[in-house]
Amino acid sequence: MPPKRKNNISINIEDVGMDVDASDSGSEVEARRRAKNRRAKPQRKAKRVSDNDDEDEEEEDEDESPRKRGRKKKAKPRDSEDDEEEDNRNVKRKSSKASRKKAKDESDEESEDEGEKKKKGASKKEKEENKEKGKGKGKGKQGKDAGAEKDKKKKNRKLSSSIEEEEEEKSEGESLSEGEMAALKEEVEEKKKLIATLRNKPWRMKRRLTLLKEAQDFVEKFEGALGKGKGRKLFAFKVMMAKKLIKLKRDFENFKTACIPWEGKIKDVESHFGSSVASYFIFLRWMYGLNMVLLGLMFGLVVVPEVLMGLPYGSIPRKTVPREEQATAMDYSTLTDFEGYFKYSILFYGYYNNERQIGLLKFRLPLSYLLVGVGIFGYSLMVVIRTMARNANEGGDGGDEGDFTFSWKMFTSWDYLIGNPETADNKYASITTSFKESIVDEQMNQKDENIHLRRFLRVLANVLILCSLGGSGYLIYYVVKRSQVFANMNKDDLTWMEKNEVEFVMSLLGLVCPPLFEAIAELEDYHPRIALKWQLGRIFALFLGNLYTFLFALFDEVNAKLESEKDIKNATILALNEYAANYSSYYNTTNVPPQNVHPADVIRGPCWETAVGKEFVKLTVSDIQVTYLTILVGDFLRAVIVRFLNYCWCWDLEAGFPSYGEFDISGNVLGLIFNQGMIWMGAFYAPGLVGLNILRLLSSMYYQTWAVMCTNVPHERVFKASGSNNFYMGLLLLVLFLSLLPVVYTIMTLSPSFDCGPFSGQEKMYDVVMETIDQDLPAFIGNIFVYATNPGLIMPAVLLMVLALYYLNAVSKGYQQANIDLKKKMQMAREEEKNRRNNKDSTNQVMKDLEDLLPNKSLIPPPAEEEPPPPDVVVDKGSRSPKVKPGAAGKGVHLQRDVSLAAPNPRDPVTRDPGPRRGPPENARGPQPGPGRGRGGGRGGGRGRGGPPRQYEY
Amino acid sequence: MIFKILLFDRYRDLAPQLVPLDYTSHPDVKLPYELIGSMPELKDNPFRQRIAEVFSEDGEGNMTLDDFLDMFSVLSEMAPRDLKAYYAFKIYDFNNDDFICKSDLEKTLNKLTRNELTEDEVRMVCEKVIDEADLDNDGRLSLEDFQHMIVRAPDFLR
Repeated sequence: MPPKRKNNISINIEDVGMDVDASDSGSEVEARRRAKNRRAKPQRKAKRVSDNDDEDEEEEDEDESPRKRGRKKKAKPRDSEDDEEEDNRNVKRKSSKASRKKAKDESDEESEDEGEKKKKGASKKEKEENKEKGKGKGKGKQGKDAGAEKDKKKKNRKLSSSIEEEEEEKSEGESLSEGEMAALKEEVEEKKKLIATLRNKPWRMKRRLTLLKEAQDFVEKFEGALGKGKGRKLFAFKVMMAKKLIKLKRDFENFKTACIPWEGKIKDVESHFGSSVASYFIFLRWMYGLNMVLLGLMFGLVVVPEVLMGLPYGSIPRKTVPREEQATAMDYSTLTDFEGYFKYSILFYGYYNNERQIGLLKFRLPLSYLLVGVGIFGYSLMVVIRTMARNANEGGDGGDEGDFTFSWKMFTSWDYLIGNPETADNKYASITTSFKESIVDEQMNQKDENIHLRRFLRVLANVLILCSLGGSGYLIYYVVKRSQVFANMNKDDLTWMEKNEVEFVMSLLGLVCPPLFEAIAELEDYHPRIALKWQLGRIFALFLGNLYTFLFALFDEVNAKLESEKDIKNATILALNEYAANYSSYYNTTNVPPQNVHPADVIRGPCWETAVGKEFVKLTVSDIQVTYLTILVGDFLRAVIVRFLNYCWCWDLEAGFPSYGEFDISGNVLGLIFNQGMIWMGAFYAPGLVGLNILRLLSSMYYQTWAVMCTNVPHERVFKASGSNNFYMGLLLLVLFLSLLPVVYTIMTLSPSFDCGPFSGQEKMYDVVMETIDQDLPAFIGNIFVYATNPGLIMPAVLLMVLALYYLNAVSKGYQQANIDLKKKMQMAREEEKNRRNNKDSTNQVMKDLEDLLPNKSLIPPPAEEEPPPPDVVVDKGSRSPKVKPGAAGKGVHLQRDVSLAAPNPRDPVTRDPGPRRGPPENARGPQPGPGRGRGGGRGGGRGRGGPPRQYEY
Repeated sequence: MIFKILLFDRYRDLAPQLVPLDYTSHPDVKLPYELIGSMPELKDNPFRQRIAEVFSEDGEGNMTLDDFLDMFSVLSEMAPRDLKAYYAFKIYDFNNDDFICKSDLEKTLNKLTRNELTEDEVRMVCEKVIDEADLDNDGRLSLEDFQHMIVRAPDFLR
């Protein structure tokens, strides 16, 4: 933050504190001394010495303070005075003569004199607007000197007078008549008011103002020295605290902003690339936050407990690399495939043990695993929907917004706190960008052209895109079918092409289709923001094909694994039985000890869950690689080539063909969304995936902001992102739902592997819940659960929910309608206001015509019924005085009517365009200052600001 | 006490050789615009010249200590909104005719965007601004119009 603001505020604050303190301490010392004197009359002599010391000190003080004040007159101007003034007012009411008793008659007289002097000077200064600074200053100084003198005098007097206390009391009664006192009080009061108002509307040059106020200050000082006690200090303290609080609050705000991660980076990007690109990064950041929570859930409740309290690696078969794999388990190629040690690690489902309770805490890991797996979906769903709702709220409130877009941009966009060239550069860029954004919007609004052609082209474009989507869908379907055929054939007979056909086709589609869509979208000629949404939707549909093939392949794999698992399970059981039979027949005992086999040698099933998890992890990793490489090659390398080959090339590379890349918003957003879908689906089978994803998002944030800033150029038409990125959220919700389906399906219907994972040995995964309910919870909860799952109860519940949904929907529709109506009304009111000021009558044609029809009786209610007519009438004839701004009254603008600073306002709408329409100025109207509503004539002029005819007057 | 002196010190630091330390005798000192404009607070402000001009008594950007203090008090956040609006109006009113007219707007815009916009765009924006804020349709913004518009601005806190 630039120092200016801080300096200023510190000055202000300190001023308050210091000032008040200084004067306070002065009076306090006096008071104390007085008290002392009273108490210790006998020891006057001894005291005298110390008093003198005191006095000296104080004199020094006082000498010093005026000097400082002189030097720094203005730095401490208003606040302190205001404070003093205000609290003085408070105190003053109470400060009766009692407080005054202590004051000396002399000083009172003096104060009166000076007060008068000052007042005169002040008012003089007020009036004369010339720039006699020296004089003014001299005056101020005089006052100060006088003040100091007076203070001194007072002090001396005090010393001497403390001897004769009784006399003092008497003299007080004599010298001050009540009337004088009251007059003085009033005078001071008046001035204080003046000061107070001046602080709020100092139209004058401030120099004069501060001088004036300083004069007031001294007048007020008399009072201040007289009637201030503890209350004043308290008040000063309160004011100081209030200011400190404000500062603290602002600092806290700053701190909060500083705490938002990557805010600076995103703002940086936004200032150069517009809010649309920034919206991607904001989305990325949001995603990061979401994933942090998921990570916390997953690691806190599943991974860490298993690591801390579960059995260590190598203790049981599922936590051990099988013997035949051990040789290659540490190879790089194995690890990058997430085989070997990775496969039998905490990252995957298979590693977790099915012990019901682990560790000292008796942590129910399997239950926790299932609940976290489901809870991740629940939490994500909740957060996405809540964010959407909030965004929708934010988006809806902009009633006033449209009115002054450009004006606000023009006049308020510069941040006057910028004090650093780099920030300034960014600010310039961002202002330019935001202007461009608004310009694009505006151009779109203004554009009107052949609507039929446009419609035709849009329909055509949609047809084309539907065709290509359908085509690619069929292609995917066809290829997947073929791959199933290939899968049944011998692997060695297949060519490379046949083996990788699906992947090949998919990536080809991903490569070709988006640019194709974009090209087709040119036909539509939407606003780029809307075009982006269309593009997103279309590519989303394409990617769904991707997802479909992936899931399809996965389910095939899972089914195959389940088959083989059954075989292995049977074989294992058979082998075990055989072993038991052999053992018992050999040793002739039924007590068969468990087979002592090293965990690495145990026969194990394929563990389809881990396989699925592995697929997801592999997919995520390859996605990361592809994304990062694309950025490196497609953007960075391209930028480098364009930049440096440009020196020796036959055409302009930068402006011509290759140029620099643009940031692909739609692709990146969709990449992010689908990646998140993978995480949601995969997290259940590979808890480590969440951690991996966090790493990805984190690195992606830094990498992509860097890449954007140094290799990309802004879009040709920078456009403003819609206020809420609810469209992204909507897509995310869809993906969330899509990824929810397979996971829930597997949890509910497939049986878990028999020898790996937390649910091994169960018939279905959700059996752990049943088990917990049966064994660990009181019986009635089990009963409740049974009732709750009764279809008889679920059906009405669903029905109720549907009804509630319907009702809420209807309500929100109603609100929406009301909102729209209100907006319309506001718009109308604004138009109206504008028209009223508009003397050209161009917008009021109908009204005009009607009035032409009825020249004498304007039966039509005038548009400006509530406008107060009187000043206009005066001003009408050109005798306008600069002090009165006609029409200001009707404006609802709370501007200061004190216009003397603003130069005489030559514009008067009425005189500018007298308008032939105005009724002939009637007798009562012209020269005479119309007495307001009582004005009799003026019935002709209907519109504009000329006094509108008031029907009730006729 | 040290804070009281702060602003004066700031002023003096701009030109120690020009400004006497003892200000009690009120020497008639003016700092040229070059010095004022080079303050870190103003250095990067596109309107620094205008600001200096508006606050300086001679309209040239040369400031006395009083002008200097004036400027700081108006730009401080303690200043009332209306005052700020008034001075903002002055600042944007480049030709000092008490109206913000099209040429003022163009100047403002070009300063804000460092001439990055094309002429068409500038013209369009200026028209839009006038269209939005000009309540009396005289083709330029008066102080009233300006205040009416600016007090509604969410960002107008400076």
